[in-house]
Amino acid sequence: MTKVKKIDSYHRKNDRMENKSYTKHFLFLSVLLIILFFLNISFGSVSIPFKDIFNSIFGGNVTKESWGTIIINFRLPKAITAVLVGSGLSICGLLMQTLFRNPLAGPFVLGISSGASLGVAILILGSSVFGGFLLTSSVSNWSLPIAASLGAFLVLSAVIIAANKVRNTMSILIIGLMFGSLTSAVISVLSYFSEAAQIQQYLFWSFGSLGNLSWNEITVFVMIYTIGILGTISVIKPLNSFLLGENYAKSLGINVKRSRNIILLITSILTGVITAFSGPIAFVGLAVPHIARMLFSSSNHKILLPAVAIIGAIALLVCDMIAQLPTSEFTLPINAITSLFGAPVVIWLLIRKKRIFV
Amino acid sequence: MGKNGIGKSTLLRTLSKVQKPILGDVFIHQKKLQELTEKELSTQLSLVLTERLPESQLTVYELIALGRQPYTNWIDKLSEKDIEKVETAIHQTEIAHLKNRRFYELSDGQLQRVLIARALAQDTEIIILDEPTAHLDMHHTIKIFSLLKKLVAETQKTVVISSHEVNLSIQLADEIILITENTLHSGTPKKLIEENAFDTLFPKELVIFNKELQQFVISKN
Repeated sequence: MTKVKKIDSYHRKNDRMENKSYTKHFLFLSVLLIILFFLNISFGSVSIPFKDIFNSIFGGNVTKESWGTIIINFRLPKAITAVLVGSGLSICGLLMQTLFRNPLAGPFVLGISSGASLGVAILILGSSVFGGFLLTSSVSNWSLPIAASLGAFLVLSAVIIAANKVRNTMSILIIGLMFGSLTSAVISVLSYFSEAAQIQQYLFWSFGSLGNLSWNEITVFVMIYTIGILGTISVIKPLNSFLLGENYAKSLGINVKRSRNIILLITSILTGVITAFSGPIAFVGLAVPHIARMLFSSSNHKILLPAVAIIGAIALLVCDMIAQLPTSEFTLPINAITSLFGAPVVIWLLIRKKRIFV
Repeated sequence: MGKNGIGKSTLLRTLSKVQKPILGDVFIHQKKLQELTEKELSTQLSLVLTERLPESQLTVYELIALGRQPYTNWIDKLSEKDIEKVETAIHQTEIAHLKNRRFYELSDGQLQRVLIARALAQDTEIIILDEPTAHLDMHHTIKIFSLLKKLVAETQKTVVISSHEVNLSIQLADEIILITENTLHSGTPKKLIEENAFDTLFPKELVIFNKELQQFVISKN
């Protein structure tokens, strides 16, 4: 009997230890996130002392007025965008990987990003193909996000309709891929008939950019992002049950179809709005969930969701800093950086661990 | 019981609402299965399936605790009672030493006991198991069977299993449903033996049922 008790208390201690180590992880990552956030703001073509960065954000005196403007109107929005985009895409990736029980799933796989791209392509490239009834040379601030969101929503609606027709989740994945290549094909056709200037404009959008967002746009971004996050929190329970497969989830009282549709909807809203404001940013959504799973070695979404959000934000802040690094006037395209540095990291992680999880 | 492809799994899948009935209706407590919501059914019937679990890093404890989902709140917080039920299930299946292991590290026999514990934690009147001993050697097969037998005695649950283990089932089952191409026999093993029901199960030139031994033996010729 005493032996049983001993074993029991040992296990309980073990449980507690595990929880404690999670808190440590979270504490460390949060501090890292805050440090990187301010470090990110301090990076740029104009070097501004730390003291003035703090002062301009928290309302103190700034040595130079132009510094204050740079911080408040350019660097702070950009850092916030990086956090939103990084965490949002990573959460989408986690949702897709769990829903499809496939470690290779991500916001791109469902064709949602391609849908957003299609919207933008029709807006920018279509003007030369279809003539002037679409926007001509000057694309207004809002038309781009609207077109991207519409495109994302269109493809997602198609995917959801298809998803309700087929029972197998694997088929949905393939349908998403097909929609993706379909939209890319349409974009290719459009670019073939477009003028060089328009193709260049589209190309620049597709490089991705975290800057150029006004505070108005940030407000809209944050609002939609919050809706997405709240929705995600509401599906934590079904997400955990999906770890056992759909049949078990159903036997546990989960309405599989409804949960699946909610998850797809959240993903499309988040991916749509992110792609709309910052362009198609590859790789983050696929890689960050894997990094989070390895760091936390857990599949529990109550732990993974916050972990993925923080790590995603960190990843994009770092990528943005790398893009800025040559301290010159040039900023490298963020999309290239995320792939350039992210892909090797994931390959290394996978080779070292040899086992990938959902 | 029945031979491969006769429809054992189909029957169990129909009984557990995993698939729609091909014909007819299933009733639980005078209520049509198709009219029960997933939520209602989840407190009456739990499953142990043959399908492989998706690769994840769930610990054994987390996996068993998922069995409490029908009772937990929207954020899946385990109450005192939930924890107690999980602990009881772990105790009943004798897997306390596996609690903090990841489920992918387990052997097939251990995993099967963990899945049974998960079904127990779900605290339902009926547990349906689809070929619970499919991948197990004889020792572990007997272990699982006697565990189920013990659980039935201890918890008064109804345990429905499909199985190829004919000889063991005859020794251990309270009631057997025997499906053959043309007919369906059901009753206690003793009754089925008296009815010579087992003679119809396999082709006679290969195996025959020996009434004295109460088990199948290979045909001598």
